Amino acid sequence: MKERRLKLSMTPSRIREVGLFARDTLGFDHISTVSGVDWIAKNQLEVDYFVGSSTPGQEDFILAFSELVARDNPVVPTLIDVWKGAEYHERETHEMLGINFQGHPNQNHLLLPEDWNDLPPLRKDYVSPGR
Amino acid sequence: MTMAAQSEYSPDSERIMSVSLGPQHPGAGHFRIRLWLDGDYVVRAEPDPGYVHRGEEKMAEYRNYIQNVPHLERPVILDSSNILFAYSLAVDELMNNKIPIRGQYLRVIMSEANRIISDMYYLAIQGYFMGHTTMITWCMGDRDFWIDFAERIGGARVTYAYIIPGGVRNDIPAFAIEKGLKTCDWFDKRMDEYEKIFFSNPMVHQRSDGVGVLSRDDAIALGATGNVARASGLSLDVRKDEPYSSYEDFEFKVNVLNQGDSWARAYSALLDMREAVKIIRQALKKLPLGPVRLKLGPQPRVPAGEVYARTEAARGEMSYHIISDGSPRPYRLKIGVPSAKNLRVLPHLLRGVHVADIPVIYWGLNYWPVENDR
Repeated sequence: MKERRLKLSMTPSRIREVGLFARDTLGFDHISTVSGVDWIAKNQLEVDYFVGSSTPGQEDFILAFSELVARDNPVVPTLIDVWKGAEYHERETHEMLGINFQGHPNQNHLLLPEDWNDLPPLRKDYVSPGR
Repeated sequence: MTMAAQSEYSPDSERIMSVSLGPQHPGAGHFRIRLWLDGDYVVRAEPDPGYVHRGEEKMAEYRNYIQNVPHLERPVILDSSNILFAYSLAVDELMNNKIPIRGQYLRVIMSEANRIISDMYYLAIQGYFMGHTTMITWCMGDRDFWIDFAERIGGARVTYAYIIPGGVRNDIPAFAIEKGLKTCDWFDKRMDEYEKIFFSNPMVHQRSDGVGVLSRDDAIALGATGNVARASGLSLDVRKDEPYSSYEDFEFKVNVLNQGDSWARAYSALLDMREAVKIIRQALKKLPLGPVRLKLGPQPRVPAGEVYARTEAARGEMSYHIISDGSPRPYRLKIGVPSAKNLRVLPHLLRGVHVADIPVIYWGLNYWPVENDR
């Protein structure tokens, strides 16, 4: 990644601690988005939090917090208490990649239909109709 | 996504009634808000998006980097250049493309024209929701001159696929520069009139002053972006914070307002348009000579890598997270759209307001359901 971007990888058990430190001490308080990747060959799922800052002088910096979890049991803690704005982004990551955010108040479908009973669509083993 | 407009009494309290606003409400547009009401007051609101979800991110995984251009601008047809701008920046960064200066300037011109087209639509509907019909007729009419401006450059009226990886699709014709400068001069005068008839209008002030106030701290915590953030005292603008595509060559300022209400959000859009006109005029006047694009071929080789690129779109920060594994198609493409970033603000602002204030607050956020759903 280019200058002023930093991606930190950590275990799910440490991410809240690191997130709180980044928010309160380093000033990374403005959530940009939450993304996820399905690494099917490694049998892992990745969750990425992209966090910006409202502190003058470091608005151009994006810090990414990344965690890897096993594909068959993807449980990570929710970070809503760190960045409140992550709520809907996490909900979307849950439905699109099947990641379970422990402690999230509402993990109902956000964009998908309520009666969706297939694999999470952004997993690599889900094939779009007609493909 | 239940379609029925329910209206039932909640079992826990006889006073609380739950109602659906949308998805067929003429103002809500493909979007539903579930409301829990106590008389005329909103106790709780829960947005229910997803009615126009098309799976753009999954579609992108099946197409190569050039095939992805036209479908990726569909989520935001009002602001179609800005969503492609971020995508092109991301792919350029992965491929290490050095865009010719003329191409960079043309990208800026097109993206600022789209900012005006999008903000004019926003002000038109916001005026209409406030009961100010002059605004919808004037803005929709004047917006057409900017659509003409974009048509002279991009060749289409709504979706141009103009900004592409490697530069822009075609050069600007000479007459478009001359006519564009005239449009800028005329539009400056028009904006003075908007200020008189709409923003200084006591009726508009009564309708929107203090309605849906978002504090600066809440704007940070909820991740608000664009006009919503700047109207709440947050000085966030990617064009200034992280200048891309020669934005450092142009003189413009980031307008920050501190009221945080619906009036400030609308006024912030007008101030944004004033800066956009300034940028377009400067770019048209000092447009350098040279090529406008690199020759990439129909299936460019994109090296393996990961990128997070962002631009300031009309509604706020537009970001792309792309992971390439070296194959012709992206391994993962995540679009971080401004509407999704501002959606969390809506239930926060709707708590405790009158039902009659909902349209002004909802549209004040400049939320675009199609963009959020992707």
